[in-house]
Amino acid sequence: MSLATTQSIAEIRARNKELIEEVLKVYPEKTAKRRAKHLNVHQAGKSDCGVKSNIKSIPGVMTIRGCAYAGSKGVVWGPIKDMVHISHGPVGCGQYSWGSRRNYYVGTTGIDSFVTLQFTSDFQEKDIVFGGDKKLVKILDEIQELFPLNNGITIQSECPIGLIGDDIEAVSRAKSKEYGGKTIVPVRCEGFRGVSQSLGHHIANDAVRDWIFDQLESDGKPKFEQTPYDVAIIGDYNIGGDAWSSRILLEEMGLRVIAQWSGDGSLAELEATPKAKLNILHCYRSMNYISRHMEEKFGIPWCEYNFFGPSKIAESLRKIAGYFDDKIKEGAERVIEKYQPLVNAVIAKYRPRLESKTVMLYVGGLRPRHVIGAYEDLGMEVIGTGYEFGHNDDYQRTAQHYVKDSTLIYDDVNGYEFERFVEKLQPDLVGSGIKEKYVFQKMGVPFRQMHSWDYSGPYHGYDGFAIFARDMDMAINSPVWKKTKAPWKEASRAKLLAAE
Amino acid sequence: MAQSAEHVLDHLELFRGPEYQEMLAKKKIFENPRDPAEVERIKEWTKTAEYREKNFAREALAVNPAKACQPLGAVFASVGFEGTLPFVHGSQGCVAYYRSHLSRHFKEPSSCVSSSMTEDAAVFGGLNNMIDGLANSYNMYKPKMIAVSTTCMAEVIGDDLNAFIKTSKEKGSVPADFDVPFAHTPAFVGSHVTGYDNALKGILEHFWDGKAGTAPKLARKQNGAINIIGGFDGYTVGNLREIKRILALMGIQHTILADNSEVFDTPTDGEFRMYDGGTTLEDAANAVHAKATISMQQWCTEKTLPFVAEHGQDIVSFNYPVGLSATDDFIVALSRISGKEIPEQLARERGRLVDAIADSSAHIHGKKFAIYGDPDLCYGLAAFLLELGAEPTHVLSTNGSKAWHEKMQMLLASSPFGQGCQAYPGRDLWHMRSLLFTEPVDFLIGNTYGKYLERDTGTPLIRIGFPVFDRHHHHRSPLWGYQGGLNVLVKILDKVFDEMDKKTNVLGKTDYSFDIIR
Repeated sequence: MSLATTQSIAEIRARNKELIEEVLKVYPEKTAKRRAKHLNVHQAGKSDCGVKSNIKSIPGVMTIRGCAYAGSKGVVWGPIKDMVHISHGPVGCGQYSWGSRRNYYVGTTGIDSFVTLQFTSDFQEKDIVFGGDKKLVKILDEIQELFPLNNGITIQSECPIGLIGDDIEAVSRAKSKEYGGKTIVPVRCEGFRGVSQSLGHHIANDAVRDWIFDQLESDGKPKFEQTPYDVAIIGDYNIGGDAWSSRILLEEMGLRVIAQWSGDGSLAELEATPKAKLNILHCYRSMNYISRHMEEKFGIPWCEYNFFGPSKIAESLRKIAGYFDDKIKEGAERVIEKYQPLVNAVIAKYRPRLESKTVMLYVGGLRPRHVIGAYEDLGMEVIGTGYEFGHNDDYQRTAQHYVKDSTLIYDDVNGYEFERFVEKLQPDLVGSGIKEKYVFQKMGVPFRQMHSWDYSGPYHGYDGFAIFARDMDMAINSPVWKKTKAPWKEASRAKLLAAE
Repeated sequence: MAQSAEHVLDHLELFRGPEYQEMLAKKKIFENPRDPAEVERIKEWTKTAEYREKNFAREALAVNPAKACQPLGAVFASVGFEGTLPFVHGSQGCVAYYRSHLSRHFKEPSSCVSSSMTEDAAVFGGLNNMIDGLANSYNMYKPKMIAVSTTCMAEVIGDDLNAFIKTSKEKGSVPADFDVPFAHTPAFVGSHVTGYDNALKGILEHFWDGKAGTAPKLARKQNGAINIIGGFDGYTVGNLREIKRILALMGIQHTILADNSEVFDTPTDGEFRMYDGGTTLEDAANAVHAKATISMQQWCTEKTLPFVAEHGQDIVSFNYPVGLSATDDFIVALSRISGKEIPEQLARERGRLVDAIADSSAHIHGKKFAIYGDPDLCYGLAAFLLELGAEPTHVLSTNGSKAWHEKMQMLLASSPFGQGCQAYPGRDLWHMRSLLFTEPVDFLIGNTYGKYLERDTGTPLIRIGFPVFDRHHHHRSPLWGYQGGLNVLVKILDKVFDEMDKKTNVLGKTDYSFDIIR
């Protein structure tokens, strides 16, 4: 049973405020002052969540954030399947991000698709001292020889590249010319740039603009017949197949998806996107930049949508249909109707097991707000949420459309704060990442990884909602959580509550 | 619609249905895909000797290397000390990666902080990040020690850890007498095993040689104890516990240096233990008085062991001792150094391993294996295969050096089963892919990434190595000691028998050999 439901909004607000004050006590004064700006209790009616965001992390606090390289190679570029992505610099970055994000794709890996290969220039001391451009030239040649069916190459810069003064742009231009105009994209996503993954997304978006869009012939015709119903899915990384369980709904309502950015995506799809009639944007954070650019340059409107949970899916399908004629509007209604029995059955089965359970989230991108509706469809309540690398526009969207009054908000939370918050609020479930998972499970708190779907998924679309519901149920209602205390040891208050 | 509330289909089955298959087929036209015949042709070409030759001629590109970078090893070693918080000076994304990597292997929390250097630090240096970072870490996480290492960013700009830590102490970030050992761990030199070595040496140097000039150097008074260093090891939990059991059986006074067997195996009982177990700081200091130090992995301690020797201790190193002879050598060395007798129980454990090998060797004898992994692990496994009568045909270590290569070749040359076997230093798993096509073997031994090789070449994978992300809990069982040898033997045998069954289970065709007794 949740603690939150027994208290009034005012009581919860006071408790959360007190909790923030308590947490800040651990810090040296300067740090306390800085962290105070990132923690707040949401007040209904406000236009944002009242926290500062997209600011440098404080040294030594155990931030959960990553870097610009992770945002570019790991998020935006990595899933483009028919291009080879070089982790340019020392071996580690590419190694740690190798195959771990579950960007599903269909292709013959190593022959015409390369997502789950780790290409690296494996910098040695001499490359740092003498520069890596010559090595890069050789690497590009070796890729061309050994992986002849690649449709393009990107160079994902690791920290040293920007520090030693390599000119990867010049190398890219020269080699592209040599290979008859081959797409070679240098990306300046060195890990020290910016404050988190977020700048990496932006840099990666800009690289698409500069090195793909700007190279297209202005009167270039797409390789397919255009229709009035052509859309592109932007900001879906096909984690566990998310983009597929989304695409199927769009096509069922009569639209035609001409590109996926970037899960299961290809260079040809990126190049064709300026021909879309509408760009539909799931992860606003990581791909709003290129959507805005396409709006300005090619006049393509874009609309945000949310395919987590039936309420938001239906709302989104109608919103997307609003950009099209009656045929598509009817299509949206038809799709909603078609899946209603599935939705009813899923809710009938799982809601009784999840009703009034409380959740605390801490994720990246769109998820700290987007998944809230899916939990609410199952009768659950999100009592705390925060963004790893959100900006103020994320917190505005969160405040205006998603969170309830008195929700605890934590931006760029660190290990210490998150543990204290969970310890005090005793949620029934925490949804966060691999670095957090085992911490909370040790504490006896059920957990789901909400970056990788804990190796499950998809969670998008109606098919995904059934999986989401099943997974939350199996996490919260696993019998193991009643067994964390040895029977001969007295159970603590927290455990008694959790076990009820 | 295939999905239902009664039987929820996830990614394993959902996309196989006709709706999704049709959708994916239609998606193809937007992908500008290659001609399937061309894909097939190139796929076949990658299996040829010609491709192998081109592949091995690579000079610059690494594809699927089997190694990570130094700071990962530094973090791994640092958490082996009591109450120690690893602090990596440089970009913060690196630390997120190390923590994720270790958590994915051990299925355990992994605590580590970064000094979160950004562009301004790249220009002006990271001193302020160190000053603030140490103060925050000290206040928030109440460590007994903070062990500092570096990312490549801090190394490229040339930050001086010794000076930075000194200044931080002067500024009051941590008390003057608080232990902050450090090691420079550039990612562009060596690999994670090098980082383990540098970090461990940094910590020992700190305690033994006067804490960076702030305390007198320790005067060594030799006692009878033995220090044991495990090295970077995905099986650290099971292995170090087994070593401690053996040492206790023999009654040997000892210190495990960097004992991270507890912190990577804490219970789920309602409490998160950020720190658990570990070599106490007192023991780390007193380890200078030991009679000898044994390294279980030579190439994880290339700097640490000579440093220990300079302090007057005997040093002995092994290469990930697995199996009968290697364990014999280890036990005999323990007895020789400590002067303790080998108890009958160990003789019985040995006898049980011999018994198991005798029972089962017919199924392994003459089989060809490919092995890849860290240099010591490769050596240890190859040596065990040789004594099982198997042939370690390809032994590949991306982070193996020239010296490793020579030692490996000597090992292979020493056994009739090693003739025609070859060691490959500095090569990666794309090289291994070629080898498995042009010079096929019966089984592959490696970490999780080997599953791509298994898929492409059909060579059955036996998962031994780091990281193992896609199988659970094996790190809790030892590979060392006679018991560990038995575990490795069983792992190999299970795969041998599974493959035998797979090849003989076609009803009415091959199932005459689908024997119930093997």
